[in-house]
Amino acid sequence: MTRARITLFVCALALAVYPLAITSTFGQRVGVLVLLAALSGTAWNIVGGYAEQVSIGHAVFYGIGAYAPLLFYTNVKGNPILMIPVGMVLAALVALCVGIPTFRLRGHYFSMATLALGQLFLLGVTIAPALGAASGLSGPVEQNPWQLSMRSPVPYYYVFLVALALMIGLVAWLERNRLGFYLRAIQASERAARSLGVPVYRYKLIALMISAACTALAGSFYALFVGFVNPESVFGLLISVQIVIVATLGGAGTLYGPLLGAAILVPTQEWANATFGGGGTGLSYVVYGAVIMVLTRFEPGGLLGLWKRLRIRAAASA
Amino acid sequence: MMNVLNFAHGEFVTLGMFAAFLLFTFWHTGPLVFIPLAAIVLFAIGQLVYYALIRDVMRGPMFAQILATFGLLLFIRYMLFWIFTPNYRTLPATLLGGTAHLAGLYISIPKLVAALVAIALTAGVYFLLVRTQIGSRMLAVAEDREAARLMGIDPDRVQALAWGISAACAGVAGALLATFYYISPDVGGTFVLFAFVAVTLGGFGSVPGAMLAGPIIGVVQVAAAYYTSPELAEIAVFTMFILVLWLRPQGLLGRSLGGT
Repeated sequence: MTRARITLFVCALALAVYPLAITSTFGQRVGVLVLLAALSGTAWNIVGGYAEQVSIGHAVFYGIGAYAPLLFYTNVKGNPILMIPVGMVLAALVALCVGIPTFRLRGHYFSMATLALGQLFLLGVTIAPALGAASGLSGPVEQNPWQLSMRSPVPYYYVFLVALALMIGLVAWLERNRLGFYLRAIQASERAARSLGVPVYRYKLIALMISAACTALAGSFYALFVGFVNPESVFGLLISVQIVIVATLGGAGTLYGPLLGAAILVPTQEWANATFGGGGTGLSYVVYGAVIMVLTRFEPGGLLGLWKRLRIRAAASA
Repeated sequence: MMNVLNFAHGEFVTLGMFAAFLLFTFWHTGPLVFIPLAAIVLFAIGQLVYYALIRDVMRGPMFAQILATFGLLLFIRYMLFWIFTPNYRTLPATLLGGTAHLAGLYISIPKLVAALVAIALTAGVYFLLVRTQIGSRMLAVAEDREAARLMGIDPDRVQALAWGISAACAGVAGALLATFYYISPDVGGTFVLFAFVAVTLGGFGSVPGAMLAGPIIGVVQVAAAYYTSPELAEIAVFTMFILVLWLRPQGLLGRSLGGT
């Protein structure tokens, strides 16, 4: 086995035994939140990292995924799980509608357009009484594993872990597929890619649709785990930005970057909240903001860049 | 201008408001003193932010800017939150009080002053960019950092200056707003989204574009609120924004995106 394989195996093992080793509910909850952030970050990464089409509107898809199951439950008392795939398909369709106008734009213009779309959805949901308006929707209260409604975070943890493994597998497969090569060509230079005959527009759309469906899955999981959604908590600008932060802090356009980013950011935030959050002073956000700034200041390309440099240095000195 | 999306720009406005508030409360200085002082303080903060953070972040990909400036946003906003508590504060209304009667319209003096200073400031920045040597240097660095360096321009100094001026403008805006708007740590968020929309709609790097887009946004917002319902005002602005970008991907007065 190569060194990379061993590292991977150890990390996977650590993730698998984590909720057994950490018995506090707080620690287990943090674990679940890490996986949720990693899921949405990995999903964003498909279009934002590999193709560097920096969307600041992924909360749209996250929110659709989050609302679909709870809407079904609230209105017809149906099993919310059944609506997860529906939410994913819906998000992919919305991605198609969103992508057609916005992929004509480049760079900052694309980012700002996605941001505006995110705000549109946020405002739209907030004034729609059928969607619970500003007060939001609630999920099942009674315990029922078939509706993914449980008190302990541990079952959630394993469901999300399996989903994350599948999603990383999907991205790994895409990486070695035509789509992955095209996306990286677009990232390097859209014009060059187009001049070499890459159907840039179509492949950006495909990537966005896959990314949207995966983001919706993360949104559904979030809604079922927390059991409650409101417009700000799933459609908010903060969600869009946090998805970007998680994916890019670890290393955008890399397979494990988002997982690494989530594993660093979420515990930092929870720790800051638990340590400095008392009294509603907002000090926890000061710490959180400072951590983000320092990490970006010294490693703007993401933390996996640091890892690569260390390995090159180790190889050079050996 | 410098091709950076600064999420913390709204917080610069907030800092300007708090600077005005502090200067007034502790030293009883009037707007004629606290507005220039807020500009100077924010100019220094802008330079500091550039040298301490942005210079290194610019080495990375574009999303590193989002990351760093969002971290800065959280840092500034909640630092103010921590120090000043989230209570709303106001400056006494008599500071710049009264209304002016102008061609059948009643306009409160603080708002009139704010509008006039804003127009003068925008014109000044435009003049600086297109008519002075410093402006030419900024445009050169924005266009091609390496080529500018070969021409003997120090890109770091120029960009730090641009950050200083940008923050100083935000500081003036904040100090002006403080004369008629409530002051609280999270007030910056109210303005930054519309500032982004204005800049993008006008075309990045185009001062006349932003000058044109600002009133358009204001008119669309007020018209939508007046003719339909206030809830739809922001929706109208964002919809208009997306439609315009669909038709003109480079913004109203932006240069064509032939290159990247």
